[in-house]
Amino acid sequence: MFLLKLAWKNMWRNRNRTIITMAAIFFAVILSVATSSLRDGIFDNLVKNVVSFYTGYVQVHKQGYQDEQILDNSFEASAQTEQKILQDKNVSGVTPRLESFALVSAEEITKGCLVVGIHPEKENQITSLKNKIVQGNYIKDDDNAVLLAQGLAERLKLKLNDTIVLIGQGYHGATAAGKYRIKGLLKFGSPDLNDKTLFMPLATAQDFYSAYGMITSYVLSLHNTKVPESTAKTVAAALGSNYEVLTWGQLIPDIKQHIKTDTSNAKYVQGVLYMLICFGIFGTLLMMMVERKFEMGMLVAIGMKKIKLMLLLLIESVMTVLAGCILGIAASIPLVYYFNRHPIKIGGETAETYERFGFEPIFPTSVDASNFIRQGIIVLIIGLILSLYPMYKAMRLNPVAAMKK
Amino acid sequence: MPGLSSLRGETERGAAVIDAHNISKVYNSKTIPVYAVNNVHLHLERGEFTALVGPSGSGKTTLLNMIGGLDKPDEGNIIINGVDITKLSANELIDFRLRNIGFVFQSFNLIPVLTAKENVEFIMQLQKMNREERNKRVIKLFKEIGLEDKLNVRPSKLSGGQQQRVAVARALASKPQFILADEPTANLDSASASNLLDIMALLNKEENITFLFSTHDQRVIDRARRVITLVDGRIAKDTAEVNTNILHTSLSETN
Repeated sequence: MFLLKLAWKNMWRNRNRTIITMAAIFFAVILSVATSSLRDGIFDNLVKNVVSFYTGYVQVHKQGYQDEQILDNSFEASAQTEQKILQDKNVSGVTPRLESFALVSAEEITKGCLVVGIHPEKENQITSLKNKIVQGNYIKDDDNAVLLAQGLAERLKLKLNDTIVLIGQGYHGATAAGKYRIKGLLKFGSPDLNDKTLFMPLATAQDFYSAYGMITSYVLSLHNTKVPESTAKTVAAALGSNYEVLTWGQLIPDIKQHIKTDTSNAKYVQGVLYMLICFGIFGTLLMMMVERKFEMGMLVAIGMKKIKLMLLLLIESVMTVLAGCILGIAASIPLVYYFNRHPIKIGGETAETYERFGFEPIFPTSVDASNFIRQGIIVLIIGLILSLYPMYKAMRLNPVAAMKK
Repeated sequence: MPGLSSLRGETERGAAVIDAHNISKVYNSKTIPVYAVNNVHLHLERGEFTALVGPSGSGKTTLLNMIGGLDKPDEGNIIINGVDITKLSANELIDFRLRNIGFVFQSFNLIPVLTAKENVEFIMQLQKMNREERNKRVIKLFKEIGLEDKLNVRPSKLSGGQQQRVAVARALASKPQFILADEPTANLDSASASNLLDIMALLNKEENITFLFSTHDQRVIDRARRVITLVDGRIAKDTAEVNTNILHTSLSETN
């Protein structure tokens, strides 16, 4: 207890030095939290934009579908399977899909397209498909109509209420052919989706492909989107080995890779920041050691064990670094929340590019609590590692040499 | 002064407190050996009030550091209260110092962030003395050094003489066997030095506390009952031996 009291008093023996050290840590934590929150926020937004438009955070397939995406790798949809999926508390919604390719024709033009059979209401709950309608109406369960992506419609020179002809290969080699009215036109940010996607009610798609009762995937939405891996694991365990359960990272690995590359680049920037923190803290520690060398020699001379002296120095460092960290985190919370509620808006051509790809042209911050804690702990660990230096010097202290003037 | 009896140590009056045998300390031993202390024998009994004098570089502080267990001799043994401190590990030495030796330094060396009371209490806290006993002892010690009204004052608010008196109280706080004082009056004016020496002399007389000073100060030398003169690391003169020789001579003449 007396060590704690002495450490506290020592901390304030040179008020300016302590305040400068704490201020260095305070600003370092704010900067560190702000940059990492912004980075995570941008990535979260990117993932949200990409994943929620189409892929979903987790998908369930028949085992082997991801490697060979053909109708023969579809599986039977059942309420029981859906129920098993929904048993995971993190799953907020599930929708079935039947996906395959077909040729779409209108008059003289034929193009390849992705035909997606959906449950209109459930799909809308997960991907907000209804919001992407730019002309016409959303489809219903029993419609014999389709929603056509705007890009594809333009390539086929089609408009609302025109009729398309679909030809393809159905389930187990059956011939698939059908004629459908365009009930609505959709606009996707992703050129990939916008130029070759067509949606129809699930039952209509099953009929077209002769895949009655079959689906190729269940698309899942999650409450906590940060932990798709653990949810995928639980769902996989519940469904058994006949199914594969994949996260968005596995479904669209290029986005995951992009985030990974950007994250490691950002780590270098953060590394430089941490280095600056190191120099700030270490400088004051060195000054403190020089200033108190004589006194430390005297303390050991009169009978203070070196382990106690080391503990005293450690407590002083921990208190200084901890105070800086706590104040820094406290100050960064409103800052990060503000930029989460009022994200930085991108302007100019960059904003247009973002919008063209269907992304919101904003840089929001992430308010994930782990970010604050992580950055606080990193700075605290830096402080603790640096405080090993005065502890080492105390361990090696020769009282006679230390007290020599 | 009241309360001095409570400060009595464990060694009986007249018993050896310090026994240094053939101690030497060599510097630059790899090139030309320079003896800071050269084959010194020293025997101090409880209750002595001894001054270690000599020119600068004569080895006073080195000898004092070795006796205080702050430095180890290259040769010889130092036995304090029956314990050969040259055989103790660094950690054991720290503990030994805490329980047996009081230090008073030239530049006071009080902890600036603690009050006078806390500075004295600090040693007792290291000794894990309970709060009640600490408080009693602190009050007695401050009465003895005449600073009862300065208990809660920080060192920076005390004069040099007052700081050195607090340093003496701190040295006594651990109930040591003896006190080593390195130039304790060097930074004090005459009145403060005289006052400090009065307190030390009284503690020595009434409490039988052993004092060993390293000093240049004639005021200390005048008060000392024994003066050891070091020259080039050797004892050139020891008044205790002179007195013994005079005693032997007068005895043989009588016979």
